[in-house]
Amino acid sequence: MIRFALTAMLLAAGAAPALAQHEHHADPDPAPAMQCTPEHATMGHCAIPPEEAPADPACPPEHAAMGHCTPSPAGPVDPQASGTALPAGDAPPPPAPRANYADRIWGSEAMAPVRDALRREHGGASFSQIMIDIAELQVRQGREGYRWEGEGWFGGDINRLVIKTEGEGSFGEAIEDAEVQALYSRAIGPYFNLQGGVRQDIEPASRTYAAFGVEGLAPYWFEVEAHGFVSTGGDVLARLAASYDQRITQRLILQPRAEFNFAAQDVRASGIGSGLSDAEFDLRLRYEIVREFAPYIGISHSAKLGRTADFARAAGEDPTGTSFMVGVRAWF
Amino acid sequence: MNFTVDRRRLLRTAALTGSSVALAPLFPAWAQSGTSGLVRALPEVSGEDIRLRIAHQMITIDGRASHAIGINGTVPGPLIRLKEGQNVRLYVENTLDEDSSIHWHGLILPFHMDGVPGISYPGIKPRSTFTYEFPILQAGTYWYHSHSGLQEQMGHYGPIVIDPAGTDPVQADREHVIVLSDYSPLHPHTILKKLKQMGGYFNFQKQTLADQLRGQNQSAGERAEWGAMRMDPTDIADVTGSTYTYLVNGHGPKDNWTALFAPGEKVRLRFVNASAMTTFNVRIPGLKITIVQADGLPVRPVTIDEFQIAVAETYDAIIEPADDRAYALVAESVDRSGMAVATFAPRVGMVAEVPSIRKRPLADMKDMGMGDMGGAMAGMDHGAPDACTPEHAAMGHCAPAAPMDHGAMDHATMDHGAAPMDHSMRDFSVVPDTVKKTPTVQTISPMPVDRTGEPGQGLDTVGHDVLVYRDLVAVDRNPDVRAPSRELELHLTGNMERYMWAFDGEKFSEVKDPIPFIEGERVRVKLVNDTMMAHPIHLHGHFFELVTGHGDHAPRKHTVNVQPGGTATFDFTADALGDWAFHCHMLYHMHAGMMQTVTVRPRGEQA
Repeated sequence: MIRFALTAMLLAAGAAPALAQHEHHADPDPAPAMQCTPEHATMGHCAIPPEEAPADPACPPEHAAMGHCTPSPAGPVDPQASGTALPAGDAPPPPAPRANYADRIWGSEAMAPVRDALRREHGGASFSQIMIDIAELQVRQGREGYRWEGEGWFGGDINRLVIKTEGEGSFGEAIEDAEVQALYSRAIGPYFNLQGGVRQDIEPASRTYAAFGVEGLAPYWFEVEAHGFVSTGGDVLARLAASYDQRITQRLILQPRAEFNFAAQDVRASGIGSGLSDAEFDLRLRYEIVREFAPYIGISHSAKLGRTADFARAAGEDPTGTSFMVGVRAWF
Repeated sequence: MNFTVDRRRLLRTAALTGSSVALAPLFPAWAQSGTSGLVRALPEVSGEDIRLRIAHQMITIDGRASHAIGINGTVPGPLIRLKEGQNVRLYVENTLDEDSSIHWHGLILPFHMDGVPGISYPGIKPRSTFTYEFPILQAGTYWYHSHSGLQEQMGHYGPIVIDPAGTDPVQADREHVIVLSDYSPLHPHTILKKLKQMGGYFNFQKQTLADQLRGQNQSAGERAEWGAMRMDPTDIADVTGSTYTYLVNGHGPKDNWTALFAPGEKVRLRFVNASAMTTFNVRIPGLKITIVQADGLPVRPVTIDEFQIAVAETYDAIIEPADDRAYALVAESVDRSGMAVATFAPRVGMVAEVPSIRKRPLADMKDMGMGDMGGAMAGMDHGAPDACTPEHAAMGHCAPAAPMDHGAMDHATMDHGAAPMDHSMRDFSVVPDTVKKTPTVQTISPMPVDRTGEPGQGLDTVGHDVLVYRDLVAVDRNPDVRAPSRELELHLTGNMERYMWAFDGEKFSEVKDPIPFIEGERVRVKLVNDTMMAHPIHLHGHFFELVTGHGDHAPRKHTVNVQPGGTATFDFTADALGDWAFHCHMLYHMHAGMMQTVTVRPRGEQA
């Protein structure tokens, strides 16, 4: 209502004071306003009459004098009200000038760079974080392997550069899987970031993809991400992942995690079949010695599915596997 | 209350009797104190020409040496003691390799002497001296601190006491200045970086499966409900006792800083919260505390057992210890992750029993801005005599709501009462369109209520009298009692996950225009807290009158703490020409963007 009146007044531009006056006379009890309008008072031409004996039955003068209570005004404009008991008018705000008043004293040459620095410093700073989420040794059916997953971000609150890497392998053999992503990340809401960039697979086959997706914090504190990839060869892949930190104590945290990979077509060179190609469920129990450094133990079950599983079997591999992990989560 | 004891006569008597208090006149009032192990007299500077030197130094807290930025070699800096009506020239030397500054918090002065680099002046360059000069127009307890970078967190602050030109309205036999603050061995830039990387980095009091199995904290249902909203009820303080040591006049709890008194004396305590991030709950078990001034200006005496002091606020209090024993001064951090401790005692070397820290509070629905229907209805009913009977008002249980609150609340409540209790936590339709829809706005309080009648988080169930803003009534009639010509609504917005803070959803780095006022204009400013954390909002260069139902005897303050999910309203007269800083006094909230420039221009001038 007030906002509506305000807009109307702004439109009326030059007629604003007259309109304000008019609005005020529309009040049910204009008594004090007639003697001293807010406009006049603002100009310092007069002051709203000071307090008299209050007429509030809930707060008799004796009590008020002792400071036990303050009489409440009976309506929007109480003839006895004063100071903060008075309702505010609806004068329009003045237009905003530039915040350069100090230039008059110190000169704009001295002020401008400091003013810019002040603004940059208060909300415009850049930060970074390098998070090595997974750095672990894996034991699966007699074979010992390793796995890593990490990401770093660099930038401000809204725009960031994100670098991700993940991979795994077995000792004594070549790296099985390794990939790196470079993404531009932009905050699109309080919890989610939109990302786009490049994914480069190094193993098992060198391949380049355009990458895009979203990641963020879903209701119930689930960290979720969904990314799509289109390779230079036209292959389309997708990946969904979610994790949750269950705090057992302030420092002991159980993290279940799930990841699903999809493909729109077979990618024989990578041993990927179309459809849901693989799923993985992990459980890691970490102890945060400090927030930045947490050793963990874990168990992981992964399964290649559908045609991907067929490809694996054809290559003499077991499409499913369970492994135990010991590792460390670290960030700085 | 009547404080008419002649202080000098009493001290002379004490000297003649040869008690330990006999030493008192040999020290400045602020140094009439000691600690059991290290008695370090904190310096005092006064007069018309004062020299202050900002420098790196080492300090010792609880026996551990740490790096700090101090003034004239101490943390806190020296007490600046001035007299109303004098002029002062302050020669401030910056020996650092970076820009520095001093802002005189709460002082009424020309804007270009206010000490905010980039708003009031260019700051003090490395290895140079800046001279401030201004008349002292007021009396009371204030403080000063750096407004450059995050230096304030490193110790760059100190107290100011201005004695009135005439008789002091508060008479006491002796006084102690109590500067509360927080110190971390981490560099403040590291603290901010950690917060950006992980909003809950310093919170080691989160809810866990272990406490759930023990049946503590929220029920499973509540946890699910809060989890659905991605809200953490344990998020009471951003930076906690996990890194902070809480200080009294620069001393940690183990230092046992001791303030002396003689039994039967009226002792005036001048509290300053010079913390970077800590809201303190202050009490002295065994003693009543009578608040006599708030933010430097006299209020009608209110006797309580405990009060909350937000960052940058000051309170003057009277205590009357009658017994020959030691008392503990306890200032708990609002999240109860630690406390500042000192001792009041008749002699140095005594130790009082310190109560153990109380359980940390949990944020509730009201802290999320859901008001509560009961409270909202009571507010709406304020015209009816039974809503706030004289008996209740006299006991300080309630105060009639101010008329504008009534109107605004009415509107908001009815809008939402009509909807099927949807309570979306990010409904932009309930806020003015000045609030920008940005990632900075994690939540919007769907039904915020005025919380100036409430004592602050964790203090509603402590079982004794706690100060609330509505208890504060100015002794003097307000200098300007005109009705505000307009009302301005500002929203305090934030995002704990990304650690972003702003007014109206726009960080200071993003805003284009200052908040404009015309010289002499009287404006009502309503602050709506859309976050689950309290924000002590400070307006430079002005005092404002809190709209808390006290008409033309509204308490006048320079900093108001807006409770989580609540509102606070003030009227002020834009009588100080120039550009002024306006910000949340939580240092990292300000630094993350919860800051704006307020400009007061002559009528008719468009710069």
